[in-house]
Amino acid sequence: MDQFTNWVDNRHEYAKEWKKRTGGKVVGCLCTYVPEEILYAADILPIRIFGGHEPSSVVEPHILGMFCPFCRDTLAQGLEGKYDYLDGIVLAQSCLHMRQTFWSWKKHVPIDFTYYLPMPHCNQAVGQNDYLRGEYVLFKEAVEKWVGQPITTEALDRGIDIMNTNRKLCKQVYEFRKARKPALTGLEAMELVLSGQMVDKREHNEVIKSWLTELPGRELKREVGTRLMIVGSEDDDREFVQMVEGKLAFPATFVVEDHCTGARYFWDELVLQEDRLLAIAARYMDRVPCPSKDWPERKRFDFIFDMAKEYKVEAAVLMQQKFCDPHELDMPSLTQAFKDHNIPTYLLEFDVTVPAGQFRIRMEAFLETLVDFV
Amino acid sequence: MTTVANKTLYPTEPLKSWNEAKYLRAKYYEDFLKAPERGGLRVSGSGTMYFALLGGLGKDVHTLTGEPYAATCAFYQDFSTECMEAVEKAGIARDLCGYLRNYWGGVLLDKYILTDGTVVSPWPRPDLFFTSHYCCTHAKWYQWCREAEGNLPMYGIDVPWHPFDHEPTKERLEYIVQQSLGAIEWMEKLTGRKYDDELLVEAINTEARSSYLWGETCVLNKAIPAPLDEKTMFSLYVFNTLCPHLKEVADFYERLRDEVAERVQRGIAAWPNERFRYITDSQPPWAFLHIFRHLERTYGAVSVGSVYSYGLQVNWDFDEEGSFVPAKTPEMLGVKMDTREDAVRAYVNFKLKNGILCRFYDSEVTSDQMMKIVKNWKAQAVLIHLNRGCEGTAIGQMENRLDLMKAGIPVLAFEGNMGDYREFDVQRTMSRIETFFEALGIQRIET
Repeated sequence: MDQFTNWVDNRHEYAKEWKKRTGGKVVGCLCTYVPEEILYAADILPIRIFGGHEPSSVVEPHILGMFCPFCRDTLAQGLEGKYDYLDGIVLAQSCLHMRQTFWSWKKHVPIDFTYYLPMPHCNQAVGQNDYLRGEYVLFKEAVEKWVGQPITTEALDRGIDIMNTNRKLCKQVYEFRKARKPALTGLEAMELVLSGQMVDKREHNEVIKSWLTELPGRELKREVGTRLMIVGSEDDDREFVQMVEGKLAFPATFVVEDHCTGARYFWDELVLQEDRLLAIAARYMDRVPCPSKDWPERKRFDFIFDMAKEYKVEAAVLMQQKFCDPHELDMPSLTQAFKDHNIPTYLLEFDVTVPAGQFRIRMEAFLETLVDFV
Repeated sequence: MTTVANKTLYPTEPLKSWNEAKYLRAKYYEDFLKAPERGGLRVSGSGTMYFALLGGLGKDVHTLTGEPYAATCAFYQDFSTECMEAVEKAGIARDLCGYLRNYWGGVLLDKYILTDGTVVSPWPRPDLFFTSHYCCTHAKWYQWCREAEGNLPMYGIDVPWHPFDHEPTKERLEYIVQQSLGAIEWMEKLTGRKYDDELLVEAINTEARSSYLWGETCVLNKAIPAPLDEKTMFSLYVFNTLCPHLKEVADFYERLRDEVAERVQRGIAAWPNERFRYITDSQPPWAFLHIFRHLERTYGAVSVGSVYSYGLQVNWDFDEEGSFVPAKTPEMLGVKMDTREDAVRAYVNFKLKNGILCRFYDSEVTSDQMMKIVKNWKAQAVLIHLNRGCEGTAIGQMENRLDLMKAGIPVLAFEGNMGDYREFDVQRTMSRIETFFEALGIQRIET
């Protein structure tokens, strides 16, 4: 879908134009645990801050090289002024790595509003929703003070509706990935979700609705090949997905994924409750978790294997963002779980830039092992 | 290069408490090993755990805290190598926590090391895992272990907020209180033991006393000459991460505090040629502690402490001048602990005054802490170990470095790994430190 590609390619131009057009504020979100419902309720545009996938040395004095390339790359974007149109940034507490991006951004990049939103590290703890609701009360108050107007229940309902509509629509699109011949590629799915994190979801929703009318009759003139799943860390490496789906000697299609720039971001809808903030808290605690929050039981694995079954996954690429400890900590058990489900896996370690040549050879070799020669 | 005469400036003498510390530490690991023979329980978890909650289960509950145990592994390079290689063979990432990899290696090898370097087999499987969770690794560490060791029970207390210098909101406090109360119910049900609230209160008071006494000992190190050097302190602070809720630990800390106070009164130095005082940051590379001695001998440079050695499992407050003092215990403050809920609430409130754990949530707090220690402990420089082995203590270090530089405090940062000696270039690091010292005009002592 060209519009999604266009939005991803021109994310900064879009946000600047949105500000000009609406006179509204734009807030950069670090991590997908930021309750965007509250920001939409305040007529703020939440966008996710991504890296630039270009080597940069500006971050060296601020974050030690052993922290993940994503947190370093996103900070580099801030230090280099790529997000100079942002009015604020918010971090919802996730991993240690992203906290550093937030601290250094707050300290070294001039910005009007910054908010560190504490939240549970655990998705199975006693009292987690009540605690998070308490944090949302403080967050909401801070946003109200900043924008100079109260956030009413009606406004929260509007924010919830925008987010839930987007989630529903994305899920409807994903239905078309289940087919024997999926109506969209993995790259298109990635751009769908990525762009949703970059633009006003009301506009995004309209484009999805329009696309949904085309998808039933859409037939891609390409071989599906091996049905792949990507599982792992933050992943907005379009170059890699494009290469695997279009440039290898063995055909393959990414039919589903578990990462925070894919299904994990939108899969779970919010269930309305009388207390809106409690409802939002419940949504973010019950969603498919990041490994950093997934203990003592492994709830994420259930999601992964349900998806693998539903989307008829034949093999999985375990995508490890270098130095991403939460995912590294899950990887041994995850690899074993895939073995137990008889799904072959291949682990690739990602950095700021993609070593396309190496990955091409390695992915071809992996796919070759999966082909049945007669 | 100019040198300075090798002249003794201060009297020194061995620390009398040293042997007791060694004995206590050896006993701790043996007690864990032998717990089942005595009908006791084995509990494993992070050294930041809420120890006193175990107190109500009885006095035969023995802990194995992962980080200090792994530091012992790291000290013994041959065993550490075995552990690391076992982990790597199992496909576990080499850049994970250095402590975790030593511990997991022991599980995979089915081997356990004692403080004197004796390796025994099999690995002493705990009865349950009980941990706190601050950094991304804590609970995930034991999640893997519980699976690897046969689906063992696990309870983690999530601590998503550490206010340090201000009061927690009701919701923040209650979240941890409710989890703690839940932990007690869970332990009672799991073990079949009746939970004794009087023992809980006793354990809370003892743990708080251990914290307070070590805090007082750290404050005594402001004296010139320093009565303790940090290398020695590493063997002393550790009990607050092993079993601070036990009476033998609190009593030891009381004797230690008294001895250190007496050393200060008599002007007894840890190092007789103390000419230069510095502080460090993060856990040291455990396999290379001789660096501290080298700097003492070569330059009369003494590390007088760190946020790490002063703050780990120790709760801090401030005096009128803004300097750290140990936080008063619930008992000192007369906090009522008549019910389990009251006791747990008082305990959680106390634990939230921990000195070091706030670094997970705000790097500026850590910079401020470092500057306060530099000022009040009269240090002249900071050596930051950019610890590739612990993302928890390495978090924010580069910003800390910039803050210190901005404040005009000489600072040197060097990379290493507390738990994996293969990631520490000792020669290069020594060379960097020596260059740094020489740039500061510190003269070598004639040999």
